[in-house]
Amino acid sequence: MEIIMIIVCGILTSISVYLILSKSLIRIIIGTAVQTHAANLFLITMGGLNEGAVPIFQPGTKSYVDPIPQALILTAIVISFAVTAFFLVLAFRSYKELGTDNVERMKGVPEDDD
Amino acid sequence: MSWLHTAVLLPFIFALIIPIVYRFIKRIHIGWFVLPVPVVLFIYFLSYISTTMSGDHRFAELKWMPQIGMNFNLYVDGLSLLFSLLITGIGALVTFYSISYLSKNEQLGNFYCYLLLFMGAMLGVVLSDNVFMLYLFWEMTSFSSFLLISFWRTRQASLYGAQKSLLITVFGGLSLLGGLILMTLSGHSTSIRHLIAHASEIQSSPTFILAMILILFGAMTKSAQFPFYIWLPDAMEAPTPVSAYLHSATMVKAGIYLVARFTPIFALSEGWIWTVTAIGLITLFWGSLNATKQLDLKGILAFSTVSQLGMVMAMLGIGAVSYHYQGAQSQFYAAAFIAATFHLINHATFKCALFMVAGIIDHETGTRDVRKLGGLMTVMPISFTITVITALSMAGVPPFNGFLSKESFIEAMINATHSHLFSLNTLGVLIPIVAIVGSVFTFVYSVRFIGQIFWGSYKPEKLPHKPHEPSFMMWIAPAFLAVLVIVFGLFPAILTKPIIDPASRAISNAHIPHAEFHLFHGFTPAFFATLFIYAAGIALIFTYHKWVKVIESIPERLELNYLYDRSGRYMPFYSKKVTRTYMSGFIRNKLMVILGSLIALTLITLLCMPFSLNFDHVSRLRTTEIIIVIMILASAFMIVFARSRLFSIIMLSAVGYSMAIFFIFFNAPDLALTQFVVETISTALFLLCFYHLPNLNRYNESKSFKVGNALIAAGVGIVVTVLGLIAYGNKHFESIASYYKENVHSLAHGNNMVNVILVDFRGTDTLFESSVLGIAGLGVYTLIKLRSKHKNGYERVEENEQTEK
Repeated sequence: MEIIMIIVCGILTSISVYLILSKSLIRIIIGTAVQTHAANLFLITMGGLNEGAVPIFQPGTKSYVDPIPQALILTAIVISFAVTAFFLVLAFRSYKELGTDNVERMKGVPEDDD
Repeated sequence: MSWLHTAVLLPFIFALIIPIVYRFIKRIHIGWFVLPVPVVLFIYFLSYISTTMSGDHRFAELKWMPQIGMNFNLYVDGLSLLFSLLITGIGALVTFYSISYLSKNEQLGNFYCYLLLFMGAMLGVVLSDNVFMLYLFWEMTSFSSFLLISFWRTRQASLYGAQKSLLITVFGGLSLLGGLILMTLSGHSTSIRHLIAHASEIQSSPTFILAMILILFGAMTKSAQFPFYIWLPDAMEAPTPVSAYLHSATMVKAGIYLVARFTPIFALSEGWIWTVTAIGLITLFWGSLNATKQLDLKGILAFSTVSQLGMVMAMLGIGAVSYHYQGAQSQFYAAAFIAATFHLINHATFKCALFMVAGIIDHETGTRDVRKLGGLMTVMPISFTITVITALSMAGVPPFNGFLSKESFIEAMINATHSHLFSLNTLGVLIPIVAIVGSVFTFVYSVRFIGQIFWGSYKPEKLPHKPHEPSFMMWIAPAFLAVLVIVFGLFPAILTKPIIDPASRAISNAHIPHAEFHLFHGFTPAFFATLFIYAAGIALIFTYHKWVKVIESIPERLELNYLYDRSGRYMPFYSKKVTRTYMSGFIRNKLMVILGSLIALTLITLLCMPFSLNFDHVSRLRTTEIIIVIMILASAFMIVFARSRLFSIIMLSAVGYSMAIFFIFFNAPDLALTQFVVETISTALFLLCFYHLPNLNRYNESKSFKVGNALIAAGVGIVVTVLGLIAYGNKHFESIASYYKENVHSLAHGNNMVNVILVDFRGTDTLFESSVLGIAGLGVYTLIKLRSKHKNGYERVEENEQTEK
């Protein structure tokens, strides 16, 4: 299972990198969002996908799944959400101000802008 | 803190006080307050003569930074004393001269502050026993001379000259630092005395040659040797007292001091002897040749300084041969050291006087251009007398002091060919030839210097001012130096025993003979060489207009200045070009570089490091999860191929929801919950912005663009996969999760392990994660609320969309 998951992570990373390298700002933001998913998936996979109980303490249960990656991912999800929201508004604002979402045209300060 | 330390620090203290005094006392020329400093120091250093004459020395210690071996230790022996006397003595005369040269309208507070800084730094250079203190003072001389050259900072040429001299001397200074560090590493000490005493340790170290080359770079740049002499002629934009002091008598001799000081360490090397001698002779020849064609009085003197410094350098090189012999034979070659030290004093006297004369001419006639000058003999008789004495001394004519040292110089060069070391007896034949030819040109420009100013036709209509004899105050300093030229020429004995003997003994290890100079010492080869120099020189002066065209026709392209200017122009040009190649302003290029190096580095590491794959603990495949994986992959691919923004946003949320379902199957209920909520909110956010976001535009991405992106993307994906597989197969330790699992109830009184970790075991993470959320919220708020005034954004969007469609 883990091998497949790692390959899936690789493919997701490829997709996100491809999106990030494109010219459109909106595609870049979507790319970063996909990147987040790839990283989260990677984290939980590396912790091991062994079967075990839900990490909620119950007397008598011997094996739980690893709670640490879950805690890490929980933190990561919230942070990436915050960053994505900010990026989105930033893209929205820059589109309004600069008049383009083509990153190749976003070079320096646009002329006659005072 | 001894008197010696006070002596070095005194100019620095005055450099602080003088600008303050200058603010309050406007009536008296501030130079009068400066003058006591060098005078007092000169008298103080005279008191050391008895110490050094007896072969003794003085050592004064002051701890500064003993941890790194940087102590303010001072050391006076014959060599240091010679230089200290030159610095303070010439310094006193120059200060005196500057009082009448600079009017009160100039920024005198600055001028004397810089001058005193320079004087203190120069004393520090020659008296320091610690190599790092020497370097510190060395850079201070570069710095203060930079300030002095650019004293008239409204002139473009001053700034150019100052920048050039700073660049070249600091280049040399840094290389000197490298050489000094190498020496301290191999000699295990930062004290120059200790290094010289343990010279064999340095000589046997593998960095010996490198240290030698680096130190030579430092000395050659400072002393304006070939090919680094180019800064000196441009430094002539400084006020004339500065040129007289820095660029004839003191700073340019710092390199000479360095070579002389480290001769006991490096003299054993054949490379040292040949390099120092050859560079000195080339400089002598090239400087004197170029001096003949200069049209500016200070230009002539600048090139003449270059050539005379080359002469001293060559003598130091030949003197080093004495380290390879014993007894009388050693003394034979060590005579070059005596000649070198003697010429140092002589050059300081006559060159300083000549600069002062050039300053007087400039001051009284308003020009330094030799084409406008001429026939001033009867108008300015005193200046004429001074010039004749000093210029003929420079030419090497008896009975002036320049003759004595020039004679010893020729003699030393001829003697060098008798040595059977390092093919000095075969290739060395060139040494006296170059020396004699160089001396011929020295004679030519020296005599022409007199002629150009004082002989020929008097052209008052060309001169900006009506020429007249300068004030008494102004000519007294050069006159004093001219008297010294005659006195040293007729009675060299007053110098030899107290100063020259101890100084040359400090350079040489042998018991060198007592210096003796005679105006006539028989029909030696040197005597005939001198006669030849006069004859050839006179012949060349009369045919000057025929051959000078040959020198003038040397194309500008071959000059070193041209190279310097070109490199100064092209280096920024090319560095800008190089910078532009990667600082293109396109984010994609930077990402390509970052990701490309990620791929390359990983590949190299994988190739160089052995690794193993181990999949013993892999869990089994489950159908439900396979379905989710396929969902994730399918929707992710859909994003890539999506044509509309709505579709891509929906596909993105499909990936997110599949992730949430995946978390459910892997027993992570909290994650699933959060993922669901977050995915919903972000989808809502995307849709909220939906109408304001631009449509998904591919901007005509070309095929090669896409292929390049795809290759990079695939590379990164493969890197991630491979690294993940390797990492998964090599788990070296058990997880620490067992601690959390066991103690979640007993210690933290909770049941939900993930929550307990988030708020209890690792609560700090959560605190700052909340801060991130808060900051992002604030950022979003400010982005939307705080805008600049203009409102034409929307209009521009519409315009652009129309042009792009």
